[in-house]
Amino acid sequence: MSEKTSEEKTPLIDSKGLRTDGRKLDELRPIRLEVGNLSRPDGSAYIEHGRNKIFAAVWGPRELHPRHLAIADRALLRVTYRMATFSVSDRKRPAPSRREHEISMVIRQALEPMLFMELYPRAAIDVFINVLEADGGSRCASTTVASLALADAGIPMRGLVAGVAVGKIDGKIAMDMNDIEDKIGEADLPVVMSPERGEITLLQMDGKLTPKELAEALRMAEEGIHEIHEMQKAVLYEKYAKIREEVGEVSQDVDDDILDDDILEDVADEEPLEEEKPKKPAALKRKRTTKAKKPDSDEPEAEKPKAAKPRKRAKPKEEETS
Amino acid sequence: MSIHFEQQDIVVPGQLLAEGDYRHGNGAFKEHEKIFAAVIGLVKMKGKTVYVVPLQGQYIPKARDIVIGTVIEITLNGWLVDIHSPYPAMLPVMHGVSRRDATQAKENLRQWYDVGETIVAEILAADRTRDPLITTRGRGLGKIRGGVLTHVIPTRVPRLIGRKGSMINMLKTELQTDIVVGQNGVVWVKGRPERVAIALDAIRQIQREAHTSGLTDRIRDTISAKLAESKGESLE
Repeated sequence: MSEKTSEEKTPLIDSKGLRTDGRKLDELRPIRLEVGNLSRPDGSAYIEHGRNKIFAAVWGPRELHPRHLAIADRALLRVTYRMATFSVSDRKRPAPSRREHEISMVIRQALEPMLFMELYPRAAIDVFINVLEADGGSRCASTTVASLALADAGIPMRGLVAGVAVGKIDGKIAMDMNDIEDKIGEADLPVVMSPERGEITLLQMDGKLTPKELAEALRMAEEGIHEIHEMQKAVLYEKYAKIREEVGEVSQDVDDDILDDDILEDVADEEPLEEEKPKKPAALKRKRTTKAKKPDSDEPEAEKPKAAKPRKRAKPKEEETS
Repeated sequence: MSIHFEQQDIVVPGQLLAEGDYRHGNGAFKEHEKIFAAVIGLVKMKGKTVYVVPLQGQYIPKARDIVIGTVIEITLNGWLVDIHSPYPAMLPVMHGVSRRDATQAKENLRQWYDVGETIVAEILAADRTRDPLITTRGRGLGKIRGGVLTHVIPTRVPRLIGRKGSMINMLKTELQTDIVVGQNGVVWVKGRPERVAIALDAIRQIQREAHTSGLTDRIRDTISAKLAESKGESLE
């Protein structure tokens, strides 16, 4: 799309410096998040980001079928991004499109680095993303909501990820592109990152940006992502805080029976603490020391044990024959 | 050296918990001398170890756990049991029936456990590289008949059992029902129907309010209220 037509037909920024939907250049669309709203999946979440309405459901870690896909040392993450036939103004044909396949893949790649996949070898973690209504930046909103659903499913992760699409409209860098801006703007830059770690897990670009503009766009994206991340944390926290409030207590009693005593067994393999030494590691250590002693004694008298061994073996034979 | 939480706070993945000379336990990870939460749960500190008790998650088999499962397949040398975990459990004949019956059992495994039957079993070995091994030899293990099954989120099972079984024993004595809790979140309840119904409600409430304190007392109150109510009804 040439700049000329976009300026002539639909100016994306009006004289007051506001966009088509009345936002400022650095303003996010309204976002609403829900978590745990589906009862069947292990984890679920819902997002309304501008006109995007997206559900995410997570199953797993669960048994992987077909079996041949299993990875011996980690779990397999499968992400399915699907658009409802009524999600766009022209009916979307129900068959999975090339675009849906691609978005499924980039979302998977945006989520996977955050997960501890090695904890569940041979298992599968399935993420299903259903777009009920699509607006600009749906892959970013999908990643935001999928990350929430994974957290809701209790899958161990390094942190949440959130996404926002920044871009360039009428020569200016703008935050959180909507559908029209995405289509007739000069550039669209979807970014997904982990705000706590400052790591980008998804970065795509459609259009043209100068290096300077790219840097500015990324800085703007980071700001937006931080804002979305705060909402993500709040909604996850709220799910459980609500029940606590309802019950009417927040006790800080350490000795309460919420504690699972087994939990310390798997504590990282550093030196056990003074007050509690897990039984298992102690037993292992004993074994190790006995093993370690053997080669030590072997070294100085290498020949003797060799000579001794046949004798030991010979003995039972004699017994058998006798 | 600083801590960014209070005991039993609800934390979300990626949240910074502590900096400096601390150790991480389950549900937490360490990077550049900082400890972060890995799952949604309640943060705790014991000694110098910071860990997160998860509120959600699948059951991962662990040796010596008691689980309740369903036979899904009969193989040449045993049974395959669904224990509601990412990994199906193997129950070999030698661990499924008594030694005396082993040779006889191999002729027709269905006589012992048929597909679809529910068993209480103990996990013998589990290391995630191979499917877990279970046994039904032992006290309280084996096929279960009658009663009802219900499910709770496996990470909340410790709460259902309570410290040294306080919660589950309270339920059993107050309601005079048989309750077996599998570490995998499957719970079997058997008793008089109206009491079973109260037990199921209580279990549901325990699951929902697992992250709150003073739960045992609250559950006891609701149960005695419901018991009184049902008695009143039966008298009328």
